[in-house]
Amino acid sequence: MTDQTLAQASDIAVWATMVVLTLAMLAFAGHLAVTGTRARDRSAAAPAQAGSMTSAGSADEAGSGSVAVLAPETPEPSAPNRRWGVIGLQLTWLATFGLIAGVALRGLSVGRAPLGNMYEFAIVAVMFTLIVYSAWSLRQDRLWLGLFITLPATLILAAAKLSWYTEASQLMPSLNSIWLVIHVTVATLSVALFTIGCALALLYLAKDRAETKGEVPHWLAALPSAPSLERITYGLHIVAFPLWTFTLIAGAIWAEQAWGRYWGWDPKEVWTFVIWVVYAAYLHARATSGWTARKATWLAVAGFGCIIINYAVVNIFFVGWHSYSGV
Amino acid sequence: MTDTRKAPPQTSAQIRQPRLGLVGWLRWMWRQLTSMRTALMLLMLLAVAAVPGSIWPQRSVDPVRVTEYLRENPTTGEWLDRFGFFDVYSSPWFAAIYLLLMISLVGCIVPRAGQHWRTLRAQPPRAPRNLHRLEAHTRTRVDAPPEAVLEAARRVLGRRRLRIRAAEEGRELEIAAEGGYLRETGNLVFHISLLAVIVSVAVGHLWGWRGEIIVPEGETFTSQAARFDTLEAGPWVDENSIQPFSLRLDRLDVEFETQAGGAQFGAPRLFEGQFTTTDAPGAPEQRQVLGVNNPLHFGSTSVFLLGNGYAPVVTVTDSDGRSLGTFTAPFLPQDDTYTSTGAIKVPAADPQLGFYGAFLPTFGGFDEAAGPISTFPDLMDPRLALGVYEGTLFPGGRPQSVYTLDTAQMEQVTTTDGDVSRILLAPGETIELPGGRGTVSFDGVVRWGGLVVRHDPGRVPVLISSIVLLGGLIAMLTVKRRRVFVRVTDQGQATTDQGEATTDQGEGTADPGERHTGLTVAGLAKGSDPQLQDYLDALAEEITAAARTKDDA
Ligand code: HEM
Repeated sequence: MTDQTLAQASDIAVWATMVVLTLAMLAFAGHLAVTGTRARDRSAAAPAQAGSMTSAGSADEAGSGSVAVLAPETPEPSAPNRRWGVIGLQLTWLATFGLIAGVALRGLSVGRAPLGNMYEFAIVAVMFTLIVYSAWSLRQDRLWLGLFITLPATLILAAAKLSWYTEASQLMPSLNSIWLVIHVTVATLSVALFTIGCALALLYLAKDRAETKGEVPHWLAALPSAPSLERITYGLHIVAFPLWTFTLIAGAIWAEQAWGRYWGWDPKEVWTFVIWVVYAAYLHARATSGWTARKATWLAVAGFGCIIINYAVVNIFFVGWHSYSGV
Repeated sequence: MTDTRKAPPQTSAQIRQPRLGLVGWLRWMWRQLTSMRTALMLLMLLAVAAVPGSIWPQRSVDPVRVTEYLRENPTTGEWLDRFGFFDVYSSPWFAAIYLLLMISLVGCIVPRAGQHWRTLRAQPPRAPRNLHRLEAHTRTRVDAPPEAVLEAARRVLGRRRLRIRAAEEGRELEIAAEGGYLRETGNLVFHISLLAVIVSVAVGHLWGWRGEIIVPEGETFTSQAARFDTLEAGPWVDENSIQPFSLRLDRLDVEFETQAGGAQFGAPRLFEGQFTTTDAPGAPEQRQVLGVNNPLHFGSTSVFLLGNGYAPVVTVTDSDGRSLGTFTAPFLPQDDTYTSTGAIKVPAADPQLGFYGAFLPTFGGFDEAAGPISTFPDLMDPRLALGVYEGTLFPGGRPQSVYTLDTAQMEQVTTTDGDVSRILLAPGETIELPGGRGTVSFDGVVRWGGLVVRHDPGRVPVLISSIVLLGGLIAMLTVKRRRVFVRVTDQGQATTDQGEATTDQGEGTADPGERHTGLTVAGLAKGSDPQLQDYLDALAEEITAAARTKDDA
């Protein structure tokens, strides 16, 4: 029933993805270093340039006669600026296809949706994260975000490979349902969006703090302004939140069919609910007067903390009906 | 998270308190309770309060583990129990939080619904005097007469489903419109459905019931309150109203993983029962398949297949070879390899006989500590290992579990050498009991299915309100509430863009074909709306295009 050749091919694809992602990560880091330094130089240079222009003028008046020195240091066209970022993005696209192949091969090897154990959840969640980022960067310039996508993606893949790896195999009967595919697919998709959302939230918090303090480090200077980071963060969460709501509902439908009750306060259900409530609180906080965007954004980060707990802690350490980590 | 705990500012209110009087006090409390800040606090409290239920075992989920915990941690356990940590979701403090949240929700919904109702019937507000002061606005010039531009703007705004304020005297050259009322509607629908979900869940608790029963292959179960192994019923359930359907388990198919290694080896793979059912006594029989994720339905009652195991079939005879009965005794699996324990009770023997022990689907020898063990869950090499007891089976007539033997008034039977008598049987084997007590034959094994029968009148309402809730949520988060203002200025044949300063210019008299019109489109959004400017630019473009085509036609 389980095709081991395909399963091995899947493993190789996942390893290859990790290598490519690591390279992408380095390229994106290079991108931030280059553009960040530029952005800082530009803002730092603005007053200085004004000064140098007057001095150049006076030099001219003095009749030094030299023309060449007057050629202003115009910022180069932005293309070479972005070179590293574009390389990173192309590598990320490559990694995305690699991981899609890895997931597809895994699915083919067992003849079912590859959503049956923790290892499979992890690689599918990373796959969705990469797909969302890649698709997004086709429409908007998101090079500055690349490092903060590829870094967690690589870490999660490594953790999945090293500690959650499960041999390809068939499902337990209770997992054999169309609602499993629906529920878990949407759950992993929303976890992917929340992952990007959390990365953005942390970047916003860092940038906002740096801007308030007045010292923006290089890598942060390459990012959009704090208010626009905050808007992007919120924009991502209002997509992810309805998806999570759907996850909750679909999970309840499935639990009803499999176990005869739609809600039983099983640890996994508790945490799914807690996550939902925390993110609802985030959206609320943002609309509540007296709550700053910063305080509200911390709630989004807390929500992601709950996702990590739900995923990594509840699956392994808590006893419940959802004991299918396969570890 | 630390600063989120900050309570709403009470100090300033406390200063005002003495002069409030009772009514004022109540009003103040109501306003506090229904404020967004309090709702937010309660939401966060709810999240925090739900967590202990995932850390400590819960009676509603796994009562055995609660008892175990209490035995292992007597002191902390007792304190935790006192504060309801083993019944978190029915504890008073958890209830307090969600009840307060519900009240807050009602207090929030009612005034907002009223306000929204009035807004829906009111006109959009007038355009402000200076459109260019609005955060988002766009200006352009159209080669068409003002009336044509206004007409085009009305059409474009109408096509985008914005509501347009009726024309007023003195404001002929401007349009005020508003759209996206669905956002607020969605918000109200979402919060109301949230209440509906909670109420439906409560209905399910009050009028719902859940029974559990083990049915061996070949046996028939008829649904009646007294026939269940366990029955949990809500406080308002009438146990006589349980629908008396019946079902016979003809065959149970179970398969286990034999290929994959590691933790997956021996994991269940297929699990399906063939049943013959009737809806009521005397009704026609039907053949139906019941599997995991595939429940059977009898009216509003559903039957789920949740467990499985083995029931050894054993025949016991007395010393004269007369049969004392053939017993199909379900044994309960204790681990993933289905090492199962159970009891066989022979009340017809004199003195009464009881057997207690283990069934091993794939016998793997004896473990020093655990006794006989099974190495695989399927029937590869089955054995039945039993100890024999003699005495009174049901001391005092007390009810007892069919899976264990109450040995308070029984003694273990010994062999002639004085050893404790132990029986190890393969299917088809018969063994003589010591002291001429008769024989025990292990005839064979059948499987049993563990059924859960559930009646939940809140189920469908919960589903419907959750779907409505999701719809409301999507509407509230995607629809943008926007006000759009359009103002045109007749610029005659002048080429300079005079903007809004020229609003007061009289109606032009020049040839319509050559007239220019200044067009300003400005907007306001509720909440953050990064796309507002793009939206206005698109509107301006559409209006320009529409005015031109009209003009050409
Ligand atoms: C029971 C738990 C509740 C949940 C899960 C919940 C959830 C939500 C969510 C997800 C939003 C969307 C926020 C956004 O537009 O980004 C929202 C908005 C809102 N909620 Fe709640 N809510 C709850 C209770 C309440 C209560 C008790 C109140 C009243 C005090 C309330 C008042 C509001 C208001 C006024 C908005 C609109 C904010 C806006 O216009 O942006 N909610 N709620």
